[in-house]
Amino acid sequence: MSVVARNLVWGVRRRTIVQDVSLSVAEGEVLGLIGPNGSGKSSLLRLLAGLRRPALGRVEIGGRDIARVPRRMLAQQVAFVQQNAATDTNVCVRDVVRLGRTPHRSALSGWSAADEAAVSAALARVDMSGHQAQPWQTLSGGERQRVHIARALAQTPRVLFLDEPTNHLDIHHQIEILRLMRDLDLTSIVALHDLNLAAMFCDRIVVLQAGAVVACGTPEEVLTPALLRAVFRVETEVTPSGRPGQPHIRFTAT
Amino acid sequence: MTDIGQMRGGSGWLALFLALVLGVLVLAVALAAAIGDYGIGLGTVFAAVTNGLGLTHVDIPPIEQSVVWDLRLSRALVAALAGAGLAICGAILQALLRNALAEPFVLGVSAGASTGAVAVIVLGIGAGGLSLSMGAFAGAFAAFALVALLSNGATSGPNHTILAGVAASQLFNALTSYIVTTSGNAQQARDVMFWLLGSFGGVRWPDFQLLLVVVALGLAICLLMARSLDAFTFGDEDAAALGVPVGRIRLILFAVTAMMTATIVSMVGAIGFVGLVVPHAARYVVGPMHMRLLPACAAVGAVFLVLADIASRTVAAQQTVPIGVVTALVGVPFFTLILYRSRPKG
Repeated sequence: MSVVARNLVWGVRRRTIVQDVSLSVAEGEVLGLIGPNGSGKSSLLRLLAGLRRPALGRVEIGGRDIARVPRRMLAQQVAFVQQNAATDTNVCVRDVVRLGRTPHRSALSGWSAADEAAVSAALARVDMSGHQAQPWQTLSGGERQRVHIARALAQTPRVLFLDEPTNHLDIHHQIEILRLMRDLDLTSIVALHDLNLAAMFCDRIVVLQAGAVVACGTPEEVLTPALLRAVFRVETEVTPSGRPGQPHIRFTAT
Repeated sequence: MTDIGQMRGGSGWLALFLALVLGVLVLAVALAAAIGDYGIGLGTVFAAVTNGLGLTHVDIPPIEQSVVWDLRLSRALVAALAGAGLAICGAILQALLRNALAEPFVLGVSAGASTGAVAVIVLGIGAGGLSLSMGAFAGAFAAFALVALLSNGATSGPNHTILAGVAASQLFNALTSYIVTTSGNAQQARDVMFWLLGSFGGVRWPDFQLLLVVVALGLAICLLMARSLDAFTFGDEDAAALGVPVGRIRLILFAVTAMMTATIVSMVGAIGFVGLVVPHAARYVVGPMHMRLLPACAAVGAVFLVLADIASRTVAAQQTVPIGVVTALVGVPFFTLILYRSRPKG
């Protein structure tokens, strides 16, 4: 499913956080949102996923204005993975993934074969089938994030939003999570901090600064020393990584 | 985890557990009707109950018929319903506020009810037993309204709501103390004190009927929203992402808990600790998912308060200990055990 944003504006009180953002993501594409802290990545992601209502502008998913789609219907097509969502409740892995079926079940309907199949497939997809009964509190950071993605997949969504899914993970698990995301064949929009990871795993990148889009294109087009200096205030050398379309960014100390 | 931890996922386990607890409940209610200053045999209790229901006409002394049917049975059943209601409220609030310490009284509801009741007892606003209940009920809802106002409707975060509840509790407790110290005499202070700690003395069949309707309705609404409650496991935003209308669910469930708590408190006073302990105990046995947790809470809460009431009437000869004292004395060691057993391992 495609995602199209038209002239989104959103703010808190008089401070505007997202300023006139328009973008479009094609079916099956992975779009990376990058930008410095406070540039509005998370806010934009929540507007796109329908978790917040824009003050102006609109979001269309699969050609339909999401402001007119009931929340439960939307959740059948769109899943959202937060960064480090935590709980004190003593839930097990399977309980968490089962939550993903919430939008597909009415208040009193039983647990159907389709629900069971979706949960099993999601657990298998993130390679957690062997940990179904494990308590949440005993999982490592990487495992927790994989379970969150499994829960999102159990929603059987067409579009996946991820807000800095690699935060607080070591490099091995960062790459593992992003490879998983890339191989899903879903339309995905992911907010990321790490520029090299964004270059490796995103088809296109949108750069945000102070709530506005300052660049949009393939990693090669966007990740230039001039842009990185202007937006992130860092000096860089950008070289081809040997893989087509994936530049490698090296930060220099001066 | 223990064996219980592995078993708690099955629906057979839940059915077995509920059947077991309900069996204990029937036994506990029968004991509650039999035990007292005037001891009555279980056989007579059974006969009195079937007589009362109009099923039989067994010849037993009218005094025993009256004690069992008019006094003790209604009292035991009100205790059961109050326990069930408070435990359900506790489970709901712990889920909505994502705080293990949340219980019905965290919203200031009991403090408000106390102020209302005290205003009636001491200041003599209105007269008679009915108006005391009405005063408590009005106070409870005033407190709830204040918390809702302070926490900015149903949209703000859980910590905000808890802080607003703490503020409301302080305010209403201060008002209660002010009224008692400036206007009350010693006897009134004693009455108030007894009421603040909870008492099943004086409840009769009409109380049972009202409470049955309120608790049954409350449980039904909460069960309808059990799936949505589960979705709050990782917070409000996560629930919204799972398609749950967060604002509406919060408002409805807060209103239902306020309604149940206000009704219970206006009848039997502020009985602490049930709403806190029972959900934790039930979660330990049937797991945290609400479709299973809520019925388990209702059953365990009912048994807990009926047994606590028996204890309150028998522990000290010729005297009834306030029920709140019993629930705390029994509840705290039990709670300690649960905390110890459920500590994170590894």
